[in-house]
Amino acid sequence: MKPLKVPMSARRVKDILASKIMLLFTLAALALIFLMVAGLYLKSKPILASQPLGELFFSSRWRPFRGEFGFLSFIMGTVWVTGVAVLIAVPLCLLTSIYLSEYAHSRIREWVKPLIDILAGIPSVVFGVWGMLVIVPFIKDVVAPFAGTFSTGYSVLAGGIVLAIMIFPVIIHVSLEIFRAVPQEIREASLAVGATRWQTIKHVVMRKALPGVAAAVVLGISRAFGETMAVLMVVGNVAKIPHSVLDPAYPLPALIANNYGEMLSIPLYDSALMLAALILLLVILVFNTLSKIILIRVQRSIR
Amino acid sequence: MERRNIEEKIFKGLMLISTVVILSSLILILLTVLVKGFPYLSLAMVTQVPQGGYYLGKGGGILNAIVGSMYLAGGATFLAILFSLPVALYLNVYSKSDSKFVSACRFAFDVLCGVPSIVYGAFGFTIMIFFGMRASLLGGIIAIAMLIMPMMIRSMDEVIRLVPRELMDASYALGANRWETALKVVARQSLPGILTSILIAFGRGIGDAAAVIFTAGFTDAIPTSLLRPVATLPLAIFFQLGVPIPEVQGRAYASALILTILILIISLAARLLSKKLTRHVVK
Repeated sequence: MKPLKVPMSARRVKDILASKIMLLFTLAALALIFLMVAGLYLKSKPILASQPLGELFFSSRWRPFRGEFGFLSFIMGTVWVTGVAVLIAVPLCLLTSIYLSEYAHSRIREWVKPLIDILAGIPSVVFGVWGMLVIVPFIKDVVAPFAGTFSTGYSVLAGGIVLAIMIFPVIIHVSLEIFRAVPQEIREASLAVGATRWQTIKHVVMRKALPGVAAAVVLGISRAFGETMAVLMVVGNVAKIPHSVLDPAYPLPALIANNYGEMLSIPLYDSALMLAALILLLVILVFNTLSKIILIRVQRSIR
Repeated sequence: MERRNIEEKIFKGLMLISTVVILSSLILILLTVLVKGFPYLSLAMVTQVPQGGYYLGKGGGILNAIVGSMYLAGGATFLAILFSLPVALYLNVYSKSDSKFVSACRFAFDVLCGVPSIVYGAFGFTIMIFFGMRASLLGGIIAIAMLIMPMMIRSMDEVIRLVPRELMDASYALGANRWETALKVVARQSLPGILTSILIAFGRGIGDAAAVIFTAGFTDAIPTSLLRPVATLPLAIFFQLGVPIPEVQGRAYASALILTILILIISLAARLLSKKLTRHVVK
């Protein structure tokens, strides 16, 4: 006997069709990662072929007109600015997260959270404007004379301070979540055997939360790494390796954003800029993947 | 006093100080923009496009950038919704809940959320060169859409995930299939959250500069077609700041104030919306 063939109803056809189309959209959205890596790689191939990798990454000679593209000053610029931002942001964010999670009344916590969200929503250009109006003059008139040197104010320190404020929300958000995920019982156990609150935080909560906090910091670093406009506006943009926080710097994202105008008129220039974008993308993909993996592990181990 | 109590006091003090520092940085930023921008704010700023000699201090406003940013962020948000909503529904209704595929997708979109806007700008630019396009409204829309899509997917996903399993089961029990359940039960149930995600993404689109610097160009006119270049508020601020004339710089501060107010209104609306629209939602 032949199996009965039930004609598919329009409803069922629609359901199956929708399922297939939605899967297609999902795969297309996922493909964005690979398309970006591939697209930027293809574009940066000419510069990779024209010069040895060592020359590109470890030379600081940047003379596009002569075909010399050494990224070292820009890489070091990014490292300096990101480093300063992280040094400022991490202690402040950790102390704030601990306060909000362990000491503050829940009403205060609910008040502060939306404010942090507002900070996260401010466009980077506005941070840049603020940096130019407040931080740059402050460094020029107060910090530099205090350090006994001269600075225009447009410096690694200015970029670092502005960036630090921009990554506050990322670090606070993630570490607050981690601290809240630590079970209340183990805090109570520690308090019950006579530890003070701070001792409990130091020896019990922190020990559980430490990898998660590290992941939060890594997320902050990768956010700082790619931030463009605000940094570009206050950092000075001088293509030299900085030697102090009062020197100007020229981070990679600023390099890309500043030179889009002339990049098509000089051979290999566009390729070099796309290589800079590729470097940023790869570093950030690695950092974000790492921190996500840590966070998933931590959340599993805490529960 | 015991040593450990002194230590606790010190650290508690430090914590309070850091919290105050972080919150006051927000207040300081908002206040600076308000104080510096307010004196230059005028009706002409928001109702006129730049007149001849605007960048030398003559008359006009930044209507071109305000409208341009709205067009750009609006188009990009629309394009991003077209992708994000199906993806978020697919992950939660069609896939087995919390399967390996779903977690892998969430992971990938989380990673994409962290990619900086300048990279989306550079990638958008390579796409445009590939298709022989010039800097235009369409190019900017594509770049911004790519930038906000991963965030939109993840925030919609988080909202839709909260829809109670029982509600979907009830829908299935009544004979509805997955498509009908997704559209008429899940999407409606999570509508407030979805709208909030859309608004937040729209705000991100308006405020972003690095992704449009290559792709959207800049112009003093309001674009009349998708293939014309378009001005954006962040770039208008940036370019006006670069002019060494106090009047023009003042207008840059005023533009920054306008942008900040826009963003604050949008995030406030998103907050209110998520509270208000929950009337029809089954809890």
